[in-house]
Amino acid sequence: MTILDAPPTGTAAATARATPAAPVKTQRLVDLFEYGLDSPICLTWELTYACNLSCVHCLSSSGRRDPRELSTAECKAVIDELERMQVFYVNIGGGEPTVRSDFWELVDYATAHKVGVKFSTNGVKITPEVARKLAASDYVDVQISLDGATAEVNDYVRGPGSYATAMRAMQNMKDAGFTGFKISVVCTRQNIGQLDEFKAIADEYGAQLRLTRLRPSGRGADVWDELHPLPEQQRELYDWLVANGENVLTGDSFFHLSAYGSALPGLNLCGAGRVVCLIDPVGDVYACPFAIHDEFLAGNVRSEGGFQEVWRNSELFTRLRTPQSGGACTSCSFFDSCKGGCMAAKFFTGLPLDGPDPECVRGFGEEALQKRKMDGSIPKPEGDHSHRTERAPRRGVPVTLSLTRPAHPPVSACEENPLAGFTPGD
Amino acid sequence: MTAPDSTAPDLDSAWDLHPQVSVRPEPFGALLYHFGTRKLSFLKDRALLAAVQSLTTAPSVRAAFESAGIGAADVPRYQSALGTLAASSMVIERKQ
Repeated sequence: MTILDAPPTGTAAATARATPAAPVKTQRLVDLFEYGLDSPICLTWELTYACNLSCVHCLSSSGRRDPRELSTAECKAVIDELERMQVFYVNIGGGEPTVRSDFWELVDYATAHKVGVKFSTNGVKITPEVARKLAASDYVDVQISLDGATAEVNDYVRGPGSYATAMRAMQNMKDAGFTGFKISVVCTRQNIGQLDEFKAIADEYGAQLRLTRLRPSGRGADVWDELHPLPEQQRELYDWLVANGENVLTGDSFFHLSAYGSALPGLNLCGAGRVVCLIDPVGDVYACPFAIHDEFLAGNVRSEGGFQEVWRNSELFTRLRTPQSGGACTSCSFFDSCKGGCMAAKFFTGLPLDGPDPECVRGFGEEALQKRKMDGSIPKPEGDHSHRTERAPRRGVPVTLSLTRPAHPPVSACEENPLAGFTPGD
Repeated sequence: MTAPDSTAPDLDSAWDLHPQVSVRPEPFGALLYHFGTRKLSFLKDRALLAAVQSLTTAPSVRAAFESAGIGAADVPRYQSALGTLAASSMVIERKQ
């Protein structure tokens, strides 16, 4: 998943460079970033669609491995390219990336080539031994997914046993002395009330809390109506972030909430195709991790010119780097910080990309959603890799019938005789 | 010292880029990433980038600024910028 966790701090020696007679307005970092960078600041790389879990809100509809996924050699070639492009680090996810048999080999290869790694995991492979190895590296960071501060809330979304798996992994990390690993929480209607408990868990394990937004992407589209926070919960989340935000990461997820008041820390910019992107397990490059759909597909790392060509010259990314129209939002006084919210959230709820976010805090998204529901036509996320968990078709249960009387009457549970069913001499 | 803030390095001291910092030039200046602190920073100015890049080979901050073509009038400002980088451990003093 996302994206830009450490808001960059600018060092501008030249703010007063212009002569006093003609002061030049200092350009904000975010304005520079809107035109894109020579290389992404970081990118999300989903190494596999294989996963031991089947979280109901999975962004990439993961479950089964795609047989076309990049080979070890192809992954290493991508890492070589990222090194040449000086991509500082990659956010590796999936699926569950650690189930790839070459996962640790690829992590070692990346860090040896000065590409830092932060990987997201449900914790299934974080044994005490693995945790000790991870703790020894400066170039690896770990993010453990937890979507409920209690097993009840977490397992409702992530599946039975997933809370215990995550907690065991966190204990192993703590025991190994890995401080500052991340606990990554997707904020839902069911867990917004647990923010303080999440923080307490993070403190207990010496970890850092990371809160991100639920997106209607992948299987998330199916559960968004049920799981996305209610308007009053959004306010609760915003107030909590304002009060606790200093040490809590958000991957710049919540800039649509800035219309409640002051902007939250972070770039407050949709980085899709400008400062971030996604490489999926088969090498497809999308504008962002939440937009796995042909509409946001820029190219493939296997094509000529590789990832660099896609990043620098693809038609889609070039278009995303031109100034965007705010459409209906332009006249809103909060447009400068909210920027109309999240492109993927709009797309997968069927809203126009130049209109309000479905969770617009002023309620404009709500209105637009009502209209959309009248006329239907919502784009479906593409590429379903879910486990095939449908029940087998019901068939009759075979029953053996005998046409003759049994030799002994059946022994009922109420039979009081201690010798019932016992036939001497058998 | 004319340094505008207390963390600004002495012009006669020698400095290095932190060994865990990676510098990537961009059209507007450069991006810096510190693998130890996992902090991102950016330089909004090519001259500052040139100065930072020449720290390692320069005997002093003053010499690094000179080789980056920074004029005397601009030195305090760049010295302050270097102080900002020092505060986040992007650059560190090289003990002679």
